[in-house]
Amino acid sequence: MGSIKDKVAIVGMGCTKFGERWDASLEDLAIEAAYEAYEDAGVGPGDIQACWVGQASAPLIGVGGSTIADALKLHGIPIIRNENWCTTAHIALIEACIAVASGLYDTVMAIGVEKLKDTGYPGLGTGRGMSPVLEARRTAPGSFGLIAKRYFETYGLTNKEGKELIGKIAVKNHDNGSLCPKAHFHNKVTLEQVVNAPIIAWPLGLFDCCGNSDGSACAIITRADRVGSFRPDPVYLKGFGISMDSLLPHLRPGFDWINFNALVDSSRKAYEMAGIKNPREELDVAEVHDCFTITELAIYENFGFSPKGKAREDIDSGFFARGGGLPVNIDGGLKCFGHPVGASGLRMTYEIYKQLQGKADLPERQVKNPRLGLSHTFGGPPQISAVAILGNERG
Amino acid sequence: MLGIVSYGGYIPALRLERKLIADAWGGNSIGGERSVANNDEDSITMAVEAAVNCLNDRKREEIEGLFFASTTAPYQEKMSATLIATVLDLGRELTTADFANSLRAGTAMLKTAIGLVKSGSVRNMLVTTADCRLGYPKSDQEQAFGDGAAAILVGDKDPVATFEGSYSISNEMADVWRNPEDKFVKTWEGRFVLDEGYTAHMKEVVSGILKKYDLRPEDISKIILPAPNSRTHRSLAASLGFDVKTQVQDPLISNVGYCGTAQPLMMLAAALEAAKPGDVLLLAAYGDGADAMIFKVTDQIGKSINRCKMNTLLENKLMFPSYVRFLSYRGILEAQPSEPFRLFPSATVSWRERRSSLRCHASRCKKCGCMTFPVQRICYHCRSKDDYEEVRVSGMTGKVFTFTRDNLAGRSDDPIIIQTVAELESGLRFYAMMTDCDPDSVELGTPVELTFRRIYEGAGFHNYFWKLRPVRKGGTN
Repeated sequence: MGSIKDKVAIVGMGCTKFGERWDASLEDLAIEAAYEAYEDAGVGPGDIQACWVGQASAPLIGVGGSTIADALKLHGIPIIRNENWCTTAHIALIEACIAVASGLYDTVMAIGVEKLKDTGYPGLGTGRGMSPVLEARRTAPGSFGLIAKRYFETYGLTNKEGKELIGKIAVKNHDNGSLCPKAHFHNKVTLEQVVNAPIIAWPLGLFDCCGNSDGSACAIITRADRVGSFRPDPVYLKGFGISMDSLLPHLRPGFDWINFNALVDSSRKAYEMAGIKNPREELDVAEVHDCFTITELAIYENFGFSPKGKAREDIDSGFFARGGGLPVNIDGGLKCFGHPVGASGLRMTYEIYKQLQGKADLPERQVKNPRLGLSHTFGGPPQISAVAILGNERG
Repeated sequence: MLGIVSYGGYIPALRLERKLIADAWGGNSIGGERSVANNDEDSITMAVEAAVNCLNDRKREEIEGLFFASTTAPYQEKMSATLIATVLDLGRELTTADFANSLRAGTAMLKTAIGLVKSGSVRNMLVTTADCRLGYPKSDQEQAFGDGAAAILVGDKDPVATFEGSYSISNEMADVWRNPEDKFVKTWEGRFVLDEGYTAHMKEVVSGILKKYDLRPEDISKIILPAPNSRTHRSLAASLGFDVKTQVQDPLISNVGYCGTAQPLMMLAAALEAAKPGDVLLLAAYGDGADAMIFKVTDQIGKSINRCKMNTLLENKLMFPSYVRFLSYRGILEAQPSEPFRLFPSATVSWRERRSSLRCHASRCKKCGCMTFPVQRICYHCRSKDDYEEVRVSGMTGKVFTFTRDNLAGRSDDPIIIQTVAELESGLRFYAMMTDCDPDSVELGTPVELTFRRIYEGAGFHNYFWKLRPVRKGGTN
């Protein structure tokens, strides 16, 4: 496989306030994110030559890219919509980068937008996948909850110990989210609150589950040799990895619910392209897919942040906390920033982008002198995983 | 030799203490408990349970016909027997029919099946029956009714009981009925129904068959008299000259209830389970007249087969917590809606997926042996294309590999869905919901088996699939 390391850069980004945006339509959210990105990059709609849209939920036949074309009046250019579960925005971003690296376009937009709060119900609904009967009652928490008991069993944790272990991830992400103005939730929680919260899909309780939010995030991407005309502090794409696995691992013989090939493959590809040998040491900050606390735990170990079965030590030592060796989900993560499915990958990338520029909105949230950051989304489990590694120095 | 080759009953795991109904209305309990079909059960799924129990390890391709009798078939127009036959993985060359509209449909079906086998038209016929009738809320019937099913395999080889003769009378009266738009069973005045209807005709049909075959009550080992309530049952048996203590089959009223069309064959199944070679069984059933049949038990009865006995079914119970939930499960009371379904059923999808979703076929790769459900055209393991054989896995047992108790996925009146991944035989993985269990009792390694259930209503038709349930205590014999 080839590489596009350092060939493209992000020169502008925008991100809406996430949350229950009753007042804002899908179009309003897209406008809010896109115009912040235009301003940040110093461009306007006339500079955009192509656009990749991440949007996961839509009517049955879909709406293609026309919502974005009409909202932003980006008519007359290619607009490509991507839907790939929770990696939707990441893949829109990566496809946009590949197109720019090809030399075909100078400046393009990747935008993710999701309006979940127009459905009239608090969750994502029941039933996922393809089969109306086999998957009729499948839900997101029910799907990820299946990981937990296998993890507890494999590593000899009692239900109580396991619940406390993942609960600490919720405490960390809530603490991070409390400092993040654009996050959906700003409340700090104690471990006691987390473990005693109402159960959603045992052992996952309310605070083990991310927010169901509205939001949008946007990136303006250009070739690395053109960044000079935009800004002094562009952020380069160092590497990416995408790996598709099964929609129904439930049926795969031997699947152990702890080792996820999509996570391992996508991170390995991204590390290789970025030239990272030891992610635990070399990465300075990471935004990973904490749709549920158990997911973040699985990611630590499948991404090589922690050795297999040893994430507990890193969680207990605060290695992934703000100020730790590798701060993870420093903006609160999906857990507190919120998870408008098709926007999340770009929102995470927005945080890494700002961190690498030293421009976190509050100084206490700023990681000291970061060079390399990772953003990641994971649909499933374990359908698909997408990783982007960004750096503030061109190699 | 013509007769009953095999038999099996089914009683839903849920039981409602009748006192809960009585207390809700400030009335009197008739005592005991009644069976209640779970919210994923209906007459079709219960008939499947009984049929699986009846067929046990028998080769499915040997079955030449399937009948279904019920007054509560899910469809007014569309055969239930064909669905049951498909779920049982029977062949396509099959005689099928539904019997309906009368509490006597069960025995009418049995009599017809016996006639067909006798005529040589088919060598065997699997007859299935199930009912889940509704009495008006507050009525005695609501307490007295139960839900259940039974299946009998009629054949001409190695019967456990030979068919010795029958006698039927037809009668027209509006004693018990339901109009197409009625949810609840309607009746005329009680004494008219019980005296002039039930008791008079049961007496006539039992006396008639005894006379026809020159028998006396003492020649009968067990008389099987399905009855709408215990008092009527006792007085009928006594008035016919049978010893209530030794000669009369338990009518299942106290612990199950009156299961309508299914009751005669459920009681027959229970009687056969306890029978000895040489026993003579007299079955009589009421409904718009009456049917009576005599069977003689053979020495095949002692053969050990893989069957869940009625006693085991009776013992495997989950007490239903409330009368309100019973009303909601039966659709009498509309509880708060749950989160909407996002996968929309389609008749074409259901039809294409029937091999897996109804017949419960997995694919076994001919190259590497990898087994997967549902059928996969390309092997998960070695990627061989279209090189597999189909294997029916509905009879398999296994263990819970992982699970979660999902509080978001269920109905608002039954919120917890146990999302379960089980490992069945040959490493086959099966993902399904767990049913008929206390959610807190499920653990990694819990032994499970498959059961056919109704999943939901959508696109205007009923959608069925398989679920897992903990292997029943007492198991099979």
